[in-house]
Amino acid sequence: MGVIKKSSNEKSQSLKQILTDKIIYIVLLVLIIAIVCIEPRFLSIANFKNILAQSSTRIIIALAAGMVLMVRGCDLSAGRMIGLAAVVSASMLQTASYAYRMYPKLPELPIIVPILVVVILCAVFGSISGICVAFLKVPPIIATLAMQLILYGASSIYFDREPYGAQPIGGITSRLTNICIRNIKLGPVQIPYLIIIAAVVVLVMWILWNKTKFGKYMYAIGGNPEAAQVSGVNVNQILVCVYSLAAIMYAIAAVLEVGRIGSASNTTGNGYEMDAIASCVVGGVSMSGGIGSVGGIVIGVLIFTVINYGLSFIGVNMYWQYIVKGLIIALAVIIDMRKFAKRQ
Amino acid sequence: MAQEYILEMLNISKSFPGVKALDDVTLKVKPATVHSLMGENGAGKSTLMKCLFGIYSHDEGKILFDGKEINFENPAEALKNHVSMVHQELNQVLDRSVMENIWLGRYPMKGCFVDEQTMYSETKRIFDELDINVDPKIKAGALQVAQRQMVEIAKAVSCDARIIVMDEPTSSLTENEVEHLFVIIEKLKQKGVSVIYISHKMEEIFKISNEITVMRDGKWVITQDKADLNADLIIKMMVGRDLTERYPKRTIKIGDEILKVTNLGTAKPVFKGINFELHKGEILGIAGLVGAKRTEVLETIFGIREKGEGEIIYNGKKINNRNPKEALKNGFAMLTEERRKDGIFTDLSVSFNFIIANLNLYMQHGLLNEQKISQVVNESIRKMHVKTSSDKIKIGNLSGGNQQKVILGRWLLTNPNILLLDEPTRGIDVGAKYEIYQLMNQLVSEGKSIIIVSSEMSELLGVCDRILVMSNGHQSGIFDASSTTQYQIMEASAKYI
Repeated sequence: MGVIKKSSNEKSQSLKQILTDKIIYIVLLVLIIAIVCIEPRFLSIANFKNILAQSSTRIIIALAAGMVLMVRGCDLSAGRMIGLAAVVSASMLQTASYAYRMYPKLPELPIIVPILVVVILCAVFGSISGICVAFLKVPPIIATLAMQLILYGASSIYFDREPYGAQPIGGITSRLTNICIRNIKLGPVQIPYLIIIAAVVVLVMWILWNKTKFGKYMYAIGGNPEAAQVSGVNVNQILVCVYSLAAIMYAIAAVLEVGRIGSASNTTGNGYEMDAIASCVVGGVSMSGGIGSVGGIVIGVLIFTVINYGLSFIGVNMYWQYIVKGLIIALAVIIDMRKFAKRQ
Repeated sequence: MAQEYILEMLNISKSFPGVKALDDVTLKVKPATVHSLMGENGAGKSTLMKCLFGIYSHDEGKILFDGKEINFENPAEALKNHVSMVHQELNQVLDRSVMENIWLGRYPMKGCFVDEQTMYSETKRIFDELDINVDPKIKAGALQVAQRQMVEIAKAVSCDARIIVMDEPTSSLTENEVEHLFVIIEKLKQKGVSVIYISHKMEEIFKISNEITVMRDGKWVITQDKADLNADLIIKMMVGRDLTERYPKRTIKIGDEILKVTNLGTAKPVFKGINFELHKGEILGIAGLVGAKRTEVLETIFGIREKGEGEIIYNGKKINNRNPKEALKNGFAMLTEERRKDGIFTDLSVSFNFIIANLNLYMQHGLLNEQKISQVVNESIRKMHVKTSSDKIKIGNLSGGNQQKVILGRWLLTNPNILLLDEPTRGIDVGAKYEIYQLMNQLVSEGKSIIIVSSEMSELLGVCDRILVMSNGHQSGIFDASSTTQYQIMEASAKYI
C-alpha cells in the first residue's frame, strides 16, 4: 500500500489503479497462457464450444444468485432448490418405455408441463425465503440455510421411496435431452442449443437489470435500503420478487441439467450455490450489495469453467483444482475489498 | 527551542481524476490556540484534513509537525503521534462501555489481562480534568450525541494529543452543550493543545478562535487574527462575491388551504396534538429544541412513522399516508435529515440518485429510456447548480452541499405539491444555503407548499411565513414569522420541558 501512496506521478497512479482493478483478469490470462503452453491443443473451437456449453446452466444459476447478492442477500438454497426441481421434473419426464418409471401410469407429458410445475413449486419456496427475509427480518444466510435443509429433506422424501428406492431417475425423454445436448446449425457452425438458451436468459436479465424499474430498485435496495424506502420503493415487495425470480431461474436451470445429464437424484445440484456465489464475486458483485453487472457475472462463470476445464484438460489432479479455485475466490475478494476500502 | 508553529502544512496540492481538490494550500497552526478553518462545502477543508491523517496522499507539498516532517499512513498512526480528530460522524462501539471505547486498541494491561481498574481510574481522571460528567462504565450507545463527542475528545486527550481536529462538532448540539464544549476547548488550550476547528457557524468561530484561515475552491485565501476579521468579510472571501442578504426576498402570494392536520399523534406515544393548516405558496417552519420531536412530525405525515390519532386532510379529502410510496403518490415529498443514512446511494451515480424516486417519468414501452434520463438529469444538474464533472460519477465523490442539491432535485422530479424539508441546510455552506432558499422561493411562487424543520432560528425567521413551535412532543404555538422574535420562540420551545 505504501508504494501506491507515495507515488505522486499521476500516470503511474492510474496505471496501478487499472492493474489493481483488472488483476483478476490478468491472473487468469496468465493461467490460460500457461495451460496453452503445456497443451497447445487446448486452443480449439471444440473446446471453446464445450466451455460455453458447460457454462450455460451455471450462468443462469449465477445470475439468479447474483440478483440475491445485489439486494444484500445471499442464497444458500440454490443447489437444493435445483435438486428438488430436478427430481420432480425428471419423474414427470421419463419415457413411457422405460422400465423403472416413478409413475408407471403417467402418459408422456408435453415438456412444458413439468417445467411449469417446477417453476411454480420453486417460486413458492423462493417467496417463502423472501418473506422470511423481507417481512420477518431473518438474516438471509439463516433463512436460506434453513430453506436448504427443508428442500433437501423434501426432495429426498420425494425421491427415495418404493418401489425403486434411492436410484437415479433415468430414462429421460429424448424430447428434452435433444434440446440439451444437440446443436443448431447456424451457417457453417454448429451451436449447442444450451448456449442459445443461456444467451437469451442473459439478454433478458440484462434488460431487467438495466432498463426496468425492478432493476433500478434492486440497485437502490442494495445500495441503501433506507434511502430506497424513503424514495417510495416498496422494499419488501421487491425482496420477495427477487427471491422468487431467483428460484424460478433455478427451476429452469434444473430442467436443463436433467436434460444434460440424462438423470436426476437428490444429490443433483449439490454445491451449485457455492459455485454461483464464487462466480459472482469473481465477476465483481459486491458481497455488501448494490454493485454488480450481468456482464461481470457471465465473465465470472466463464473464468471458473475455463479453469475447471483447462486444468482437467492438462491433467491436473482434482484436489489441486479445488485449491486453485479457492485461491482465486480469495484473490477476488481481497481485490474487491481493497477497491472499496480505500477510496483514493 | 519551542517552535513557532506546532503544525505546518506547506503548499499542499491534491488532484482527483478531473478535479484539483487542493491547490497550493498552506495552513500553519500555533501551539495552544484554536485555529478555525472556514470555507464553503467543496472548498477543500475536509480534503486537507484527510491529507493530514493519511486518508489521502497529497501530490505536492510537505507537512511539518513540531518542526519535523511527517507523513502519516493512516489515522491510527497520527493518533500515536499525538494528532487526533473528532469526527462529524462518530465512530464508536456502541455496545461497549465508554472507557473501553477510549482505550480500545491500547488497553492498560496487568500481565496478560486487561487492567479494568486502571482503565476506570484513568478515564475518571481525564473526565474530571475536562469537566465531563459521564460514568466511564456506561455503554457508549446509551449516551447522547453531545456526550459521545465529549468522550471522543477525552480519548484524544488520553493519547496526549497535541492537535485535535474538530469537524463541525456543534452541528447536532444544543446551545448548552455547545457552551460546555467551549469550556472543554478552553481547558485543552490551557493544557497546551491546539485545536483546528472546522465550522460554518460564524458566531462560534468568533467566540473561540485565535486565528482563522479561509479556503475557497481548493485554494488558500487568507489566514488572519480573529481581531482583524468580521463576519461579512469572511463570507465575502468564502463565496468570492458579495452576499447582500443571507435570505433572498420573495413576493408572498398565499393561496387556498391545501393541507390541514388536526390533533395528529403517533401510534406509539412520541408526540401528540399537532394542529395546523398549510396553504398553497406558504412556507411553514417547525421550530424546537433537539428532542422536541419535529422530525417525527414530518415522518408521520410522510408515512415513515405509524400515525396514531388525528387526521390529515389534503385538498379537502382525508388521506392516510401509510408508507412513503403512498405519500409520494399523494403529492408529498420529504428531504430527510441524515443525508448519508437515508438520503444518498453513495456508490451509485449522480444520475441514479436523481431519478430513483420517480422512474415512471422515463418509461417508454415498459422500459427505461436512457436518452430521456440523461436529458432530464442534465437539465436538473443545471437547474440545481450541482457542481459535478458528469452525471455518471458516484454521488459519494461530491461535496455535502452538492449531494444535498441532488437529493432535493430528486424530490422535485416527483413534482410534489407539498415538500417536507428536514434540516435542509445542515452542514452546508453559506453559498449553497442561499441557493436552496432561492429554490424554495421559486417553488412556492409556483404554488407549491413547504414545511421546513430547522434548528437555526434565524433561518426559520428568514424564510418562513409562519412558525410552529414544538416543545417536548407538544405543540406550543404558531407564530407569524414577520412579527415574532427569537425570544418568543425560545420561550415557547421551553414551555413543556
